[in-house]
Amino acid sequence: MASLKDLRSRIASVKSTKKITSAMKMVAASKLRRSQDAAEAARPYADRMGTMLGRLAAAVGGSQGAPKLLAGTGKDDVHLLVVFTADRGLCGGFNASIIKATRIKIRALRAAGKTVKLICVGRKGADALKREFGDAIVARYTGVEGKKGIDFSAATDVADKILALYDEGEFDVCSIFYNKFVSAISQVVTEQQLVPFAVPEADGQEEATGSSAVYEYEPSEEAILADLLPRNVGVQIFGAMLESSASEHGARMSAMDNATRNAGDMIDRLSIQYNRSRQAQITNELIEIISGAEAL
Amino acid sequence: MTDTTVLELVSPSALLKSEPVEMVVVPGTDGNFGVLPKHAPMISTIRPGVIDIYAGGKVSERIFVAGGVAEVNPERCTILAEEAVPVADIKADEAQARLETAEADLKAATTAHDKANAERALEIARAQIAALSN
Repeated sequence: MASLKDLRSRIASVKSTKKITSAMKMVAASKLRRSQDAAEAARPYADRMGTMLGRLAAAVGGSQGAPKLLAGTGKDDVHLLVVFTADRGLCGGFNASIIKATRIKIRALRAAGKTVKLICVGRKGADALKREFGDAIVARYTGVEGKKGIDFSAATDVADKILALYDEGEFDVCSIFYNKFVSAISQVVTEQQLVPFAVPEADGQEEATGSSAVYEYEPSEEAILADLLPRNVGVQIFGAMLESSASEHGARMSAMDNATRNAGDMIDRLSIQYNRSRQAQITNELIEIISGAEAL
Repeated sequence: MTDTTVLELVSPSALLKSEPVEMVVVPGTDGNFGVLPKHAPMISTIRPGVIDIYAGGKVSERIFVAGGVAEVNPERCTILAEEAVPVADIKADEAQARLETAEADLKAATTAHDKANAERALEIARAQIAALSN
C-alpha cells in the first residue's frame, strides 16, 4: 500500500505531465491550422501542373523524343523510395505506420529481386530504417520544416538530388511514401510514383473538350516537357512535404489530446485513492485513541 | 464593358491572382507575347522577367516572375511561376546582393549541375535588376 506521501507526489507528477501534453496539443493545433492552410494553398499549382503535363504527355506520348523522365529507363531493377516522416516523435502512430508500410514494400521488392535505395526525409524515418536497411539509405534530410513552415527550396533540394541520381542512372523507378492528410484524426499512408511520370487518367468531360483544342507550343512540346518534368518532381515533393507536415501536426494533436484525457482520468483515480487512504488513516487513528481511552 | 480574359498567377505556395484582365504581356522564352481575350490555345515556358497587366490601355500592374510556364486558352491565361513578386516590392540593394551571390556561386561552381544552377540564379538576378531600371 502506497503511503500518502507517495500518492501525493504521484498526483503532482501526473498533473505536470498533463500540463505538458495539453500545451503540446495547443501548439500542434495552431501548427496544424497553419500547415493545413499551406497544403490547401499549394494544391492549385499542383493541379494545374498535373493537367498541363497530362495534356503535353498525351501530345508527345509514344514518340521517340519523349524525355527519360516520362518514358522511363525501360528497366525496373532499381527502386528509389523517398520516405517522409517527422523529425520528432510523440505523434501517435504517425511515424510507425509510414515506416511499417515502407518496410513491407522494401521486403516485397527485395523478395522480387530488385535493388532498393532510400531517401529519408525526417529524422525519425532514417533512425528507424537504418538498423535494417542502413546500406540502402543514399541521402537523408532533416529539419525541412522551419519556423515559418516549409519552404519550396527544401523541396527543390530533395528534387535536385533525385534528378541527379536519375541522370546518373542510379535508379529506374522512384516512388514517394507519405501520410496524406484527411483530417486531424485520420491520415492515410500513400504511395505515389514519381519517376517515370505517371500520366493521370483522363477525367472524362474536361479532356473530351480540352484535347480537341489544338495547342500551340512555344518553343516545342519536347522542350517544354524537358523543363516541366523536373519541375513537377519538385512540386510533387513539396506537396508531399506539406501533406506530411499537416498529418504530423494532426496526429500529434490527437495523440496529445488522448494523453491529456488519460492523465485527467489518472489524476481522478489517484485522488480517490488518496482520499480513501487518508480517510482510512484517520479512522485508524481514531480507533486507536478510542480503544486507548476505553482501556483505561 | 471591354472583353476580359482571366489571369491566374500561381506559385507553389499559393494562388496569387485570379482575376479578369484586359490584356497581359508575358515574357515567353522565345520572346514576349501579349494575351488578349480569345487568344489561341498555347503553352509556353517563361524566362525570368516582368508580367505586365493592362487595364484601360495602360500598364496597371507589373509582377516579376523567375521563370515558369504559361498556358493560354481562349478564356484564361494560367501562369505557373516559381517565384513571383510585384516589381514595386523589389529592393534594389537586395537584387544587387543576389546578383553578387550568384556571380560568386558561378565562380565557385565545380560540377556542371552547380554551374547550371548558378547560371540560372544569375539570369534571374539580372532580370530583376533590369525590371527595376525601366
